[in-house]
Amino acid sequence: MKAFEYAAPATEKEVLQLLSPEPSRTEILAGGTDLVGLLKKLVVTPDRVVNIMEVESLKSIQVLPGGGVSVGTAVTLDVIAEHSCLDVYPAVRQAIHGINSMQLQCQGTLGGELLQRPRCWYFRQGRGLLSTEVETGANRLHAILGNSGPAKFVSCSRIAPALMALGAEVRVIGPGPNDEKRLPLADLFQTPQNNEERENTLLPNQLVTHIILPPVAGRTCATYEVRHGEGPEFPLAAAAAALRMDHRGVVETARVVMGQVAPIPWLSSEAEQVLLGRVVDERVAEQAGEAAVSRATPLSENTYKVQLAKVAVKRAILLAAGLDCGDFRSHARQIEELV
Amino acid sequence: MTEYNWPKRDASTVIGKELDRVDGLVKATGAAKYTYDINLKNQLYAVALGCPHGHCKIKSLDISAASSVPGVVHVHVFDHAQPDREIEWEGELLVVVAAESEGAAREGLSKVKLEVEKLDVFTSAEDLQAAEKAGRTSKGGGKVETVNEPGDDDDEEEFVEKEIERLLKESKYVVEGYYGIDAITHCCLEPHGSTVEWKDGTLEAHLSTQNVSGTDEQFARDLKVTADNVTVHCDYIGGGFGSKFAPDYWGIAAAQISRETGRPVKFMLSRDQELKIAGNRPSGYIKVRLGADEKGVVQVWDSVSWGSAGAQGGAVSHSVLPYVLVPKNYRRVATTIKCNTAPSRAWRAPNHPQACAMSQTALDDLAGKMGADSYDVFLANLVNATNEKADVYREQMQIAAKLMDWKAKWHAHGKGGARGSIVDGLGMALHTWGGGANESSCLLKVYPDGGVTSFCGTQDLGSGTRTVCSQVLAETFGLGINDVRVNIGSSRYPNSGASGGSTTIGAVCESHRRAAQDALVKIFDLAAAELKVAADTLEAVGGKIRDRNNPAKNLTWQKACSLLGLKPLETTASYVRGTPSPLSNSGVAGVQMAHVEVDRETGVIRMKKFVAVQDQGLVINPKTCKSQIYGAVIMGIAAALFEERITDPATGVFVNAELADYRLARLGDIGEIVVELYEPESERIRGVIGNGEPPAISPKAAISNAVANALGIRVPVIPLTPKRVLDALAKA
Repeated sequence: MKAFEYAAPATEKEVLQLLSPEPSRTEILAGGTDLVGLLKKLVVTPDRVVNIMEVESLKSIQVLPGGGVSVGTAVTLDVIAEHSCLDVYPAVRQAIHGINSMQLQCQGTLGGELLQRPRCWYFRQGRGLLSTEVETGANRLHAILGNSGPAKFVSCSRIAPALMALGAEVRVIGPGPNDEKRLPLADLFQTPQNNEERENTLLPNQLVTHIILPPVAGRTCATYEVRHGEGPEFPLAAAAAALRMDHRGVVETARVVMGQVAPIPWLSSEAEQVLLGRVVDERVAEQAGEAAVSRATPLSENTYKVQLAKVAVKRAILLAAGLDCGDFRSHARQIEELV
Repeated sequence: MTEYNWPKRDASTVIGKELDRVDGLVKATGAAKYTYDINLKNQLYAVALGCPHGHCKIKSLDISAASSVPGVVHVHVFDHAQPDREIEWEGELLVVVAAESEGAAREGLSKVKLEVEKLDVFTSAEDLQAAEKAGRTSKGGGKVETVNEPGDDDDEEEFVEKEIERLLKESKYVVEGYYGIDAITHCCLEPHGSTVEWKDGTLEAHLSTQNVSGTDEQFARDLKVTADNVTVHCDYIGGGFGSKFAPDYWGIAAAQISRETGRPVKFMLSRDQELKIAGNRPSGYIKVRLGADEKGVVQVWDSVSWGSAGAQGGAVSHSVLPYVLVPKNYRRVATTIKCNTAPSRAWRAPNHPQACAMSQTALDDLAGKMGADSYDVFLANLVNATNEKADVYREQMQIAAKLMDWKAKWHAHGKGGARGSIVDGLGMALHTWGGGANESSCLLKVYPDGGVTSFCGTQDLGSGTRTVCSQVLAETFGLGINDVRVNIGSSRYPNSGASGGSTTIGAVCESHRRAAQDALVKIFDLAAAELKVAADTLEAVGGKIRDRNNPAKNLTWQKACSLLGLKPLETTASYVRGTPSPLSNSGVAGVQMAHVEVDRETGVIRMKKFVAVQDQGLVINPKTCKSQIYGAVIMGIAAALFEERITDPATGVFVNAELADYRLARLGDIGEIVVELYEPESERIRGVIGNGEPPAISPKAAISNAVANALGIRVPVIPLTPKRVLDALAKA
């Protein structure tokens, strides 16, 4: 770890004062579950680390007038998972539970989870975010969608697909002391095209302060992750679905977002089109899954992820529609009911 | 001459009891100091630069900028890192920087300027053709046995070829299969390393080692001092599994830096270095043809195997193929591949887990081909068991099947029916191991006040060595385990062998029981005179020395010890490895069964239940013994389903060398594990036998077989990742 200056501001304005406009000179510390590893590996070498955990305004969860919820980015994941305000957004809770690590849940924050750096092992070994070694290298966990440019890594946020499916927005402050804007969460992510860009659209001296979830407005939602095991490792593929269905079960609105498959959380309009105007059943969900991966361009070692992404989409849709998704857990539930 | 023996089962009061570990509390509370916990006053922190490429020649190495970083005290360049030297695996340590803090050391390391010429890299051990093309292969030996022998005029190779083909042709069932098991790393939770200090020309080395008594001489040899100038300490160790028998060149470097700077040095490998260079198990792949008769008994085996033990050559030995169940006719040929990966080290039962996974999978495929119950096919093939354990296996199979409820759960391969995309299956495997006692000496002191303390240069790998030593002493003297004090973990203590080959429990039981029985003879003599009875009528029970025929005639333990006079009684007993003894033995069997579920849509496998039946002669402590087996099974599940050393094909870089990326089994992944200690009187009377390794052998094959039973197809190479399961289903 390179020696750095440490700052612990108490207000949002102080945070902005401490962040450098130059890329990589400063890094934001929240829970630290990602940043500390990157610092130790010298993957990032900031001159200053700005700890935002003393900023009280970033730790609030508030129900908004007219519905919806605002969650500060320094709120830890365990608090979010247990908070009653989020009862109507089970997709978010399922994503947090899927992390399967009490340590990460209690220490990790919402902002840190959304903006954690990619898990790409070439990047983590200091070989660059856009390493050309990936294309013919060990790419079994890399992108199958949105990978035609130099970026082959996957966006690894567990919660972003759920939040995007629910139409979340983010409040961003900076770079000026009074600058503030709200933008769709999807606009926070980008696929970098060169080594000067990161995987998010923030300027070095901007800060995401809150995530704003719109009212659930009759929608149902679910997250499904295909995980190799029951540990805290990242899933092989994931999807979140948010549906609004009429009294007959006909889908009126649908949004499906995939995780772990592209450099950004991947919104699938193809899956949405399959679902609109239809009653969800296994066949329809399967068709939506197939549509979601219809444009997949797997790399040399990750064709299997196409199947996993398809299944994740199918099962997320089935769960969002209140149906059984047929995985190990539902099988175990069936046995329990029989007993 | 003392007649050494164990008490009978019904006479034992401490041995055979499920007692908690004597050091459980200090381990659970963190009071126990592992090597990583040792910090000495004024110590330097050392970190190392590993070679960033799998194969390269060093052009230049400039340490000047590193040396001038504030806080850096010393920079050490290894001899093998000089210009023009070739480095054959990624991670090989080149430079060590020692500094006032770890941060300063790492910053110094970042300033080292290394220029290399990249050379060709080869890491695809599974790809035999590519290895041959790249000139990376060597003959790995082989063996042929046939019942019919060639005539004097026959060309031997030609005869064998024809004989094998004839036997296959005449077989009722023929299986042709491909199987494999990738390399895995030892992944010790506590990395390799040491904290060392020179005091008045002698070295005190706190070393994470499974060889306390042997590493002092290794330090001495490389540091050009005599062994009496080196003391190695290791009170607790966080995993070794066969990889921690030596100080290693990084331990020697720590001692050299300490000597040159006059300061203590702490040098533990980083996590990625631990995975990259500090131990891995060779890979193995095999193409098999086997022929069996109408009962499913294999009559002929014909295999070609290959694999890699890293850059220095070697692979899984052909000598254990096929594993345990060897037909009378066989031909096995092995090839070794030189890959640009770190050299392998012994891993918990070297060769056996791979051999089991490479051959008992073929036997299971025979059951699949026959449409038979795998249990019956394994049972039928016990006639081919080469270790004279057929009867033991038969009984262990019965016990395991009952615990698994095998008959009720069994379905033919691929015929179990699906619930949605979920299918389930059963599989089994069996194994063998030696586990005979290593050499060991014990110095025992019995004080006139009744205190008992022992000294032995062994080590506790976490398996409960202190506890079993305490039980042996307590049993011998009729005391409780808290009435005796066991001292281990220092090379100043009497010599005891390295903990490798499942040899420790036999070793320490031999030395401690012998020393205690020798002492007890002398105490009995004194007590007999006091009680006016014959010494051979005395026994030590319940804190007393008493007349077996008249228990009312007794002395308390303390009173008896007071007869020693002013000085403690000291006895030293030694066991020489290989000496026939009533206290220990070698040679065990073991049967394991797995029940799994597989999601055909995702390729994800879940453990439902695992049964392990294991013999190990006399069991000193069933609790620690079972713990050892639980650990072995969990390690086996990790290797079967998760563990992969993934390398970049172009650079040879081990890309997932972090615990965040190198997947291991977690608690949620292991399902229900049932352990049964097989200890009928026929086994108990054999004495103590080690079980550290045998239960780690079968899990891979048993789980692979269960998956094959569930899916009706073989996923050929272990670990059975979702990718591999889906690839196999796509090909089927």
